[in-house]
Amino acid sequence: MDLKLDHHTQDDTEIVVVEGEIDVYTAPRLRELLIDLVNKGNFHLVVNMEKVEFLDSTGLGVLVGGLKRVRAHDGTLDLVCTQERILKIFRITGLTKVFGIYDSVQEAIDKRKSK
Amino acid sequence: MALVQLTISALPAHVRTARLMATAVARRAGIAESALDEIRLAVGEACSRAVEAHRVHCPSRPIQLDLVDSSGGPRGGDAPADTPADRASHNGRAAQRFEVVVFDRAPAKEPTAAFDNPDAGVDLDADTSLNGISGLSPDVGLAVIVGLADEVSIEPHEDGTVVRMSWPLGKADPEAESVG
Repeated sequence: MDLKLDHHTQDDTEIVVVEGEIDVYTAPRLRELLIDLVNKGNFHLVVNMEKVEFLDSTGLGVLVGGLKRVRAHDGTLDLVCTQERILKIFRITGLTKVFGIYDSVQEAIDKRKSK
Repeated sequence: MALVQLTISALPAHVRTARLMATAVARRAGIAESALDEIRLAVGEACSRAVEAHRVHCPSRPIQLDLVDSSGGPRGGDAPADTPADRASHNGRAAQRFEVVVFDRAPAKEPTAAFDNPDAGVDLDADTSLNGISGLSPDVGLAVIVGLADEVSIEPHEDGTVVRMSWPLGKADPEAESVG
């Protein structure tokens, strides 16, 4: 399926819900959303990837780009992902050390606030 | 030997087409379900890389994929003996393997440093690329292919790059087969 994007505010965090496939064709839409959210002053983002069916290095690049943007404002970009098929590409590229990856949105928010 | 060939325009939308086709042919060839995700991702990476290179250097030229089932497939084996797949075979070692070959026509640069330095692809501290499409080096895609495929060769030439990747057929664990 194509990429479906949604977002909402939970506590002081903007939750981005991603559904479908993130690849060279669809990743620019996610990139635009992340840029838009940061430009509107959302510096604490959680990207919920539980419904992502496919992610490639283009998608990883967009997430890294988003992380760089929020960090420029002392913000955070954490991920929610429990799917092994998606986690695998984070491991292969070493990005498990770069992103906070959590089992649920609430856990991601709680961990950030406890830091 | 059974062959499926696919030629796509250098459009990002067709990378998904190539992924779907490769996965379907791999499934029919008898690739283990656990390896299908690896093939889907590796083929996607190879095609993404080729599409990006073509869009820079030769957007009107197509990209070719060969999907080669060297066993002839569990239900068939009736492919002609002399097929174009011969040129995609891998030094005679292709027996009982599923091989994907992606041919692009864009002039190749030096292959990559990403294999030697796992940190080379991520440069979070750099300030220069805040407006770029991603914070990752394009070579990360090749590094992902190397991480996913059971056997890989990347042959850069002046007139294009040939990326060959293969997986053993009928094995639940691709690492279970000892190779060269």
